[in-house]
Amino acid sequence: MDDARIAKRGLSPRLWLAGGWLLLALLAAIFAPLVAPQDPLAQDLMLERLPPFWLDGAEPGYWLGTDSLGRDLLSRLIFGGRIAFIVAFAAAIAACLVGSTLGLIAGYFGGWADRTISRIVDIWMAFPPVLFAILLVAVLGTGLSSVILAIAIIDWTRFCRVIRAEAMGQSRMDYVENARIAGYGRVGIMLREVLPNVVPSIVALLSLEMGIAVIVEAILSFVNLSISTDDPTWGGIIAEGRLSIHQAWWVLVFPLITLILTVLSFSQFGEALKARFDPVLR
Amino acid sequence: MNACLDINNLSAVLANGQRVLRSVSLAVQPGEVRALVGESGAGKTMIGKAVLGVLPSSVRVVEGDMRLEGEDLGKLQPKARRTLIGARTALIPQDPLTALNPSRRIGPQMTDRLVRILGWSGDKADKRVRQLLDEVQIRDPDRVLKSYPHELSGGMRQRVLIAAAFAAEPRLIVADEPTTALDVTVQKQILLLIAELQREHGTAILFVTHDLGVVAKISQKVSVLYAGKVVEEAETAALFAAPQHPYTRALMAATPRYTDPLASLKPVDETVLAGLAAEIAMADQAWRRPHG
Repeated sequence: MDDARIAKRGLSPRLWLAGGWLLLALLAAIFAPLVAPQDPLAQDLMLERLPPFWLDGAEPGYWLGTDSLGRDLLSRLIFGGRIAFIVAFAAAIAACLVGSTLGLIAGYFGGWADRTISRIVDIWMAFPPVLFAILLVAVLGTGLSSVILAIAIIDWTRFCRVIRAEAMGQSRMDYVENARIAGYGRVGIMLREVLPNVVPSIVALLSLEMGIAVIVEAILSFVNLSISTDDPTWGGIIAEGRLSIHQAWWVLVFPLITLILTVLSFSQFGEALKARFDPVLR
Repeated sequence: MNACLDINNLSAVLANGQRVLRSVSLAVQPGEVRALVGESGAGKTMIGKAVLGVLPSSVRVVEGDMRLEGEDLGKLQPKARRTLIGARTALIPQDPLTALNPSRRIGPQMTDRLVRILGWSGDKADKRVRQLLDEVQIRDPDRVLKSYPHELSGGMRQRVLIAAAFAAEPRLIVADEPTTALDVTVQKQILLLIAELQREHGTAILFVTHDLGVVAKISQKVSVLYAGKVVEEAETAALFAAPQHPYTRALMAATPRYTDPLASLKPVDETVLAGLAAEIAMADQAWRRPHG
């Protein structure tokens, strides 16, 4: 038992790889003006479609090559990370707060509260999410806050459904009944007995949702509905790369790899965190 | 003097109208252990839940009253009822695995109730909890109080739950098959522990069990339950000396014996069951007439 706990607490490679990538990407995004080798917006037609550093014709200082306007790809990816992370954190936390609260209430109180919330969730989830997002941004207008709002509005149901199911299971447990016998109020029981047991799931979902938010933001950028300014976004770079795939594959491939690594890391990190938050698994 | 618990003519039905408790009456005097025996589904746990105010929402009490130290629980406002039940009763649950919150340490789980419900200071609650842990023979209270439930064995957890139940000095404890989920070797220790604490604290216990051996060891009085109906009620010694109801006799005959376990494992006789069914049907008919 103790051995197992030490192993779990120790260096899980999954946690470290995922966390390492996220930390690297996050730090690069935060310190983008210091880290980026070039101005991400500077166009230079003399330098268009430079290949990445290991291929013939690469220029020093343009490590991952340039796009068809001669802008440095690495710098654009780094600056694009800023928007990706802002959206990931803000949208996921907003969706989490709304969804978890409603899920906890629906699952623990049951009855009409559950029926009402669950019906809303059912209706909500009947919309295709990407279409819903595009529609919302079209209505809310483009811009960072609209994108965040749109993702939160779409994805709170994800939290709501999972947390409702967990809270429902919890509310049938004997310790909840014991707390009722002892005379605790319902809200007190929900917060003290039920909430701590669903926190591991909330944490895992939160991390997963951050990855999803990154994808949705990229999709919105891809269809040119995200941030209307010239700021580079991963989805925007992918959209541009698609047009020049035959001349400059790297403009498409590197942002895709970045996106995939980030999304994967978020989900893996969440799973590993869940295990750490759960006293039984810990 | 008021009985500690006085259940009078209690009937409860499911949503489909089926009776699950059939005019149950029983009283537990202060300091007395009353056993409630019957097979699974007989409604013994239901009675415990009714007393503690945690009946499932699918079960509705349609008749009768319950008095806790003279206070009619049915006449109290829900909030006052919760407070009264919280202050004067406690539960020793069946399954120590699910009765403790897995994500909270034992210490706060035990003291919380004393602090929040009885308004004790943290120090007083802590002292009290340690005293009770000592009484249930837990020798390393520091470690136990800091542990999460999953770090303790089933027997340890049940000790913790027993200590928690007695800590608030309730007048009545409902023990719902407290030894069923434990290893046979631990069962006896736990039973002795409950009996010892019960004597020292003078707490009345409604002891729900299907095990007649346990009944003989711990209780002064017994109610035998079948299909939500009390079919026999007697002093424990008298019941074992001369069981009156055929069902009680059949239950006793069905108790496994170590000398010849297989031969002694007899199901309850068909004629006894038929007699019981007739008895229940008659009682229901008599009950339905005035109740429509």
